[in-house]
Amino acid sequence: MNVEDRLFLNRFNADDRSHLKVIDPEVCLKCKRKQCSPSCPSKCYTIQDGKAVVAYEGCLECGTCRIVCNEFFNIGWKYPRGGFGVSFKFG
Amino acid sequence: MPSKSEEELKFDVIVVGAGPAGTTAAYVLAKAGINVVIFERGKYPGSKNVMGGILYRKPTEDIIPGFWKEAPLERNIIEQKLWILSKDSAVNVGYRSASFDKEPYNCFTVMRAHFDKWFADKAVEQGALLINETVVESLIKENGKVIGVKTGREEGDVYTDVVIIADGVNSLLAKEAGFHPEIPPEKVALAVKDTIFLPKEKIEERFNITHNQGVTIELIGQITQGMAGGGFIYTNKESISVGLACLCSDFMKTGITPYDLINQMESHPVIKPLIEGGEIKEYSAHLIPEGGYDAIPSLYGDGYLIAGDAAMLVNPVHREGSNYATASGMSAANTVIRAKERNDFSAKGLSHYKTLLEESFIMKDLKKYRRVSRFSIENSHMFSLYPEFINQAAHEMITVDGVPKKEKQKKIWKLLKRKRSLTNLIKDAFNIWRSFK
Ligand SMILES: Cc1cc2nc3c(=O)[nH]c(=O)nc-3n(C[C@H](O)[C@H](O)[C@H](O)COP(=O)(O)OP(=O)(O)OC[C@H]3O[C@@H](n4cnc5c(N)ncnc54)[C@H](O)[C@@H]3O)c2cc1C
Ligand code: SF4
Ligand code: SF4
Repeated sequence: MNVEDRLFLNRFNADDRSHLKVIDPEVCLKCKRKQCSPSCPSKCYTIQDGKAVVAYEGCLECGTCRIVCNEFFNIGWKYPRGGFGVSFKFG
Repeated sequence: MPSKSEEELKFDVIVVGAGPAGTTAAYVLAKAGINVVIFERGKYPGSKNVMGGILYRKPTEDIIPGFWKEAPLERNIIEQKLWILSKDSAVNVGYRSASFDKEPYNCFTVMRAHFDKWFADKAVEQGALLINETVVESLIKENGKVIGVKTGREEGDVYTDVVIIADGVNSLLAKEAGFHPEIPPEKVALAVKDTIFLPKEKIEERFNITHNQGVTIELIGQITQGMAGGGFIYTNKESISVGLACLCSDFMKTGITPYDLINQMESHPVIKPLIEGGEIKEYSAHLIPEGGYDAIPSLYGDGYLIAGDAAMLVNPVHREGSNYATASGMSAANTVIRAKERNDFSAKGLSHYKTLLEESFIMKDLKKYRRVSRFSIENSHMFSLYPEFINQAAHEMITVDGVPKKEKQKKIWKLLKRKRSLTNLIKDAFNIWRSFK
C-alpha cells in the first residue's frame, strides 16, 4: 500500500495553520542530503527547486524531520494546537 | 519576572502529558490527597501515542492491583518468539508456557488509544483533574526555579510548586528550558506501524492460540536492510500490530523511506502468510529514545522532575519503555509527596528522585545495557551479515541431501570465515558478550 493510501485511513483534524515550518528555505540550497524528505514516514516534505516544502496536514507528529535536519537545524517544529492534528484510534 | 495576580490559578502539582509516566504520577499524587492537574495535548489520552505494544503487568499492578480484570487489554501473551530473517527464510527461537495463561499473567498487548484513556480516567477517579486538548507551550520560571506552565489556552498560565515533565520522547519542554539537549539521530529510532485487522478466528488459527491468548514475534535481519533495528508482529484481539524501528542515523545513511521499508517487510515470504487478507486500518509513527544510560538528561531541578521517555528511560534491547515510564512516574510522585512534607521543592529537595530511580530496576537495567546502544551503531553487520549467515547454516543442516553433517559444519564455518575474518569474528563475540554481560 502506498503512503497516501495509508494516511487516508488515519483520523486527522487539520488546523488551518501549519505547526511545521522550513525556517529559511534558502538554507536548504546548501543542504546536500535533504534528509527531511526520505525520512518522513508520511511524505510531508517535497523538494522544489532545491528547497524543502512541507505539507503539515498528514503529519504523524513523530519528530523525525527535526532530528534528521541536524546539519542546518532548519525545521521549526512544534505540536499542533491542542486537539488538532492526528488522532490515533488504536495507537 | 512573570506578573502574578491575586486569583492566579495554582495547583500543588502540574503533570504534563497523560502517557503512562504522567498518568501514574497523577494517580499516585491524587490518591495521596494532593491537588494535581494533568495537561494532555491530544483529544483524549492515548490519541497521540503509539507502541508495539506490550504492557508488562508488574509496574501497573503496583498502582492498581488486579487491573487486568477491568483494563482494556487485547491479549494475554503466552508465547514470545524471535525470528532471525534472511531474505526468504527465518530461524525461530521461542518460549511458550501454560503458566503465562493464568492469573496474575505476565504481559499483555494493548492499544494505547484505549489503554491510556482508561488509565487516565482512573487517575481522575482518584481526584486528579485532566485537561485534554491543551498544549503546554513553555515553563514559567522565576529566579531559575520552575513555578508554573504556559498553556496554549487563553489566559493559560497556571502556577504550581512542582512540574512533572512527562511529555514523551520529543520533550519540547525539557529542551526549551535547557534541561535537555536535542537528541542526535544515532540515539533515537523511528518506528512505523500498521494495525492490520483480521477476523479473530483467523488470528487464532494462524498463531496457534485460543480465546484471549496472544503471541509476540520480534524480528531481526533482512527486513531492516542492514540498518540497526528490528521489527515486531504482535497479536491483538481482532488485529495484528506489524511494524519496525531503525535508528534515525541509519535512515539518513541509507535513504530508505520508512513506508518502503514496512511494505517490504509485509511482503517478506515468511511474514506475508500471517497478515494475508488483512485490512490495514491505521498507520502510525513514533520515535523511541535509544541512547540508553549515557543519554539520560538531568532528571530534576528547582521545581521540576522529568519522567518516562522525556528522560530517555527506555531499554531498547528488551523493547521496554512503558514499564520504565510507569515506574519513574511512581518515583516522581513519591518524591513530590516527600518534598511536600518538608515543603522543599528545590533541586535538593527533589534529589530523592534520583535515589529512588537508582535503587529501582530502571537504572540497574539501563546500566547493564549501557554499551549495547553504541555497539549496535558501530556494528551494522550484526543486523545483516549474521542473520543471513544463521539462516544459511540452518538451511545447510536441515536440508537432507546425503552430505554428512560433519562436512556440512565445515562448509558453514568456511562460509562464515569468507564473510568475516577470524579476528573480526572473535572481536564480535567479545563485543556481544561485553554489551550484554
Ligand atoms: C513502535 C513502538 C513500540 C513500542 N513497544 C513497546 C512495548 O512493546 N513495550 C513497552 O513497554 N514499551 C514500548 N515502547 C515504548 C513506550 O511506548 C514508551 O516508552 C512509553 O510510551 C513512554 O511513556 P511516557 O508516558 O513517558 O510518554 P508518552 O507515552 O509518549 O506520553 C507523553 C504524553 O504527553 C503528551 N504531550 C507531549 N507534549 C505535550 C505538551 N507540550 N503538552 C501537553 N501534552 C503533551 C502526549 O500527547 C502524550 O500523551 C514502544 C514505542 C514505540 C514507538
Ligand atoms: S534537511 Fe533541513 S536543510 Fe536540508 S532540505 Fe530538509 S529542511 Fe532544508
Ligand atoms: S513530524 Fe514526522 S510525520 Fe510530521 S513532518 Fe516530521 S517526520 Fe513527517
